[in-house]
Amino acid sequence: MLHEISLTINGEAYTVAVRSHQTLLQVLRDQLGITSPKRGCENGECGACTVLMDGLPVNSCLVLAPEADGAVIETAEGLSKEGELHPLQKAFVEHNAVQCGFCTPGMLMSAKALLDRNPHPSEVEIREALVGNLCRCTGYLRIIEAIEDASEQV
Amino acid sequence: MSTETGSPVGKSVPRVDALEKVTGSARFVDDLAFGPDLLHGKIVHSPIAHGLIKSIDISDALAVPGVKAIVTGQDNPTRLGLYLKDRFIFAYDRVRYVGESVAGVVAVSEEVAEKAAALVRVEYEELEPAFDPFEAAKPGAPLLHPELGSYDHVNFIFPEPGTNVSEHFKLRKGSVEDAWPQCAVIVEGTYTLPQIQHAPIETHAAIARWDVSGEVTVWAASQSPFAQRDLLAQSLDVPHGNLRVISPYVGGGFGGKAGISMEANVALMAKAVKGRPVKVHMTREEEFIATNVRQSLVATYKIGCDADGTLLAMEVAYYFGGGGYNDYGVNIARAAGYSCTGPYDVPNVRGDSYCVYTNHPIGSAMRGFGMPEIHWGIEQIMDQLATKIGMDPAEFRRRNCVRTGDTILTGMTMPDVDLPACIDKVAQAIEWNAPARPSSPGKKRGRGIAIMWKAPAMPPNPGSSAIVRFNEDATLNVYVGAQELGQGAFTVAAQMAAEALGVPYEWVRVSANPVDTKYSPYEWQTVASRITWSMGNAVRLAALEARTQILDIVAQYWGEDPADLDIKNGVVVSYESEREQPLKNMVIYGLPNENFEGWQGGPIVGTGKFMPTYVTGLDPETGQGTRAVVHYTVGAQAVDLEVDDETGAIDILRIASAYDVGKAINPDLVMTQIEGGAVHGMSSAFEGLRFDERGRPLNDSFVDYKIATAMDVPGAIHGDIVETPLEDGPWGARGVGEHVMVQTAPAIANALYAATGIRFTDLPLSNEKVYLALHPEGVELSCELPEQVRPSR
Repeated sequence: MLHEISLTINGEAYTVAVRSHQTLLQVLRDQLGITSPKRGCENGECGACTVLMDGLPVNSCLVLAPEADGAVIETAEGLSKEGELHPLQKAFVEHNAVQCGFCTPGMLMSAKALLDRNPHPSEVEIREALVGNLCRCTGYLRIIEAIEDASEQV
Repeated sequence: MSTETGSPVGKSVPRVDALEKVTGSARFVDDLAFGPDLLHGKIVHSPIAHGLIKSIDISDALAVPGVKAIVTGQDNPTRLGLYLKDRFIFAYDRVRYVGESVAGVVAVSEEVAEKAAALVRVEYEELEPAFDPFEAAKPGAPLLHPELGSYDHVNFIFPEPGTNVSEHFKLRKGSVEDAWPQCAVIVEGTYTLPQIQHAPIETHAAIARWDVSGEVTVWAASQSPFAQRDLLAQSLDVPHGNLRVISPYVGGGFGGKAGISMEANVALMAKAVKGRPVKVHMTREEEFIATNVRQSLVATYKIGCDADGTLLAMEVAYYFGGGGYNDYGVNIARAAGYSCTGPYDVPNVRGDSYCVYTNHPIGSAMRGFGMPEIHWGIEQIMDQLATKIGMDPAEFRRRNCVRTGDTILTGMTMPDVDLPACIDKVAQAIEWNAPARPSSPGKKRGRGIAIMWKAPAMPPNPGSSAIVRFNEDATLNVYVGAQELGQGAFTVAAQMAAEALGVPYEWVRVSANPVDTKYSPYEWQTVASRITWSMGNAVRLAALEARTQILDIVAQYWGEDPADLDIKNGVVVSYESEREQPLKNMVIYGLPNENFEGWQGGPIVGTGKFMPTYVTGLDPETGQGTRAVVHYTVGAQAVDLEVDDETGAIDILRIASAYDVGKAINPDLVMTQIEGGAVHGMSSAFEGLRFDERGRPLNDSFVDYKIATAMDVPGAIHGDIVETPLEDGPWGARGVGEHVMVQTAPAIANALYAATGIRFTDLPLSNEKVYLALHPEGVELSCELPEQVRPSR
């Protein structure tokens, strides 16, 4: 069955027809061409598809698209404003917190959610906030340092 | 351009790919758009570990609306492989592991393909499986490949037809028999490792289109676009020129995306629906078992030293669990054979390294390529020898480690490296000689050290090539066929081109994403930590050729000798006349002769290529030869940890690493390899694929197969870079991508021993295993709840 849902993504309004069992991740990637949320497991295990839904980080592979009706969605594509990188993006670049880059958009969104609710987190709080985002390249330390650095600037 | 970086080699300039990756604009293969024309495929996997295919009935599946085609092994019974052509693209008459590709369904959507795939009926006659590589290598074990003797293979591997041994590498040096009586101490032991998964966050995906014209295009997440093209062209009988492999950024490789795995299946599925692209995206579950994994190992050691702690003899046997197909695995067993002593100078060696067929997933390349596996045992036994003769384990290693100029086990002369410096650096960083005090009475604390070596394991003659092209404004594009996996290949390519030319780093653009075999210069594979060295040499030569072209033009223009000219920060200067000539425009339009009487020059394009030409064959009976490998990278790691006596939990407090990289082209990128590798190595010590007694996977998800998270990472990972230049490395550089995780697990095991007095010989480690070892008297486990928390009725 088709549902018409309306949602705001990175500040723009969209209305899309979705099927009941489609996930938010599928709609973002396949219907809207917003591909920074990645398919890493489609089971809510890796966090590569993390987006913010009404300000909270969610695994978009576990959100049914009809549930996102009326929601405000943020993805990594929307982080930079007017050509300026978000402080988190800048810090990820400066700290070489990026290697293959596949987990990076999800990491950034989990980090943004953390700083939005807790602008000056402790190292432990940063680690806890990232526990659902797997990274196989960096060993996480640069990501943690980048978030610490950005937290001093936001 | 106010922030330009001159002489960028040796500077930690920013990554060229970072901006794309933080803004979400970096495209991975799953992100490529193909429009409504795209069809979707689903692979049908074997549910049994070993059996004959009696029949495949696709009629029900074909009847599902939306199904376009179904292919099986009957459609292309051609064998595929890089070193040993031992597998069919889709199983033909037999399956050899749970997860093997049996059929491919092409449909209008993933959903329809998945539904139809479940309706493909395959009738099997189950055969007795073989799982343990040590047992499977024995005569009389269930035979996986009765036709082994008929398979094509490269001339440097030695399969043993009639057995499950796909490769047997023999190393014979001196006489261990004569040496044993001279040993003051001999330690023997068996060490094992399970298969583990690369677990890149990006699973395998590929799209293929087979045009009616005969052009075949494959888009893949690949470390090896050119090797893939070669293998596909051979197996599918398509001219190389008609086959095109395109690979955008790879979302983590670690060897799992080297060579070929599911891409040939997708090509065959596309052949069945000519003209339309077909996409297959592996689920995480498929990634765990139906792509490739690291091989398991059963290793036996006997190592002896004299009373002064000098190593005298080593006898090893390595049985690699290669899984159902050993195409890549044979070369891992070979590498483990010619490096079987680890980084030690041992006068008498007897080594046997076997790759063995087992009914488990395909064991293939993974970061370290056999070295993490063999160092697990070697490095623990070195500690035991040191303890038995009363020598400090770090000192024992300083005394026995390989040094420049040593004649190593294969007869090759050890190229320049400084392993003692690496040992000193990690010992200092971890405060090796300071007392290891536990943080609380219930904890035990210990430190451990381990060293390593690894050579790029590859055919003797893998090549690289590069092109440098200038633009009107003197920016330039560097074309390479190497892949960016996160290791920073594109960044060091830009640095080296700028350095060789004498232009600022910021002027360089790397035109390599995607790698496209139709347009990119040839690169063998992005594997073996060979890119900085091999691609680097090609880039340097291409840049130098472009530089020569520029200097020749300007020299003629000025009437000077090119030898007096140089390019400094993007300007041609003359040391003779002190004249200056900017590069802008002249690198495309050339320069006019006097009074505009004609022109000279033209668009600057430099090309470069590199291929090692000096690697020799090894004697099949002794493993002896002049030059077994191109070079070795060496390093040391030390671990500081605590064990909780009540829970068995291991808390890794610090890891210190030091590697001799020859020259750090970008020191901070070296550090990111060192840090990421230490965590990968740590994680690998706790990982292991588990199977039931019929070979079915038990932990093929991130819920059941844990990889390290942000919570697991030590607070401090220290790295040191040692720079002993490599003779034929660009600016002296050698690779460091894989080495950084090779000896982490044994360093942890040695620290565990220091903390607890217990040796752990079998991976994976776990809290439970440590707890049970700490409490051998056994424990009464009770599920009874204390009185006060019992629910009242």
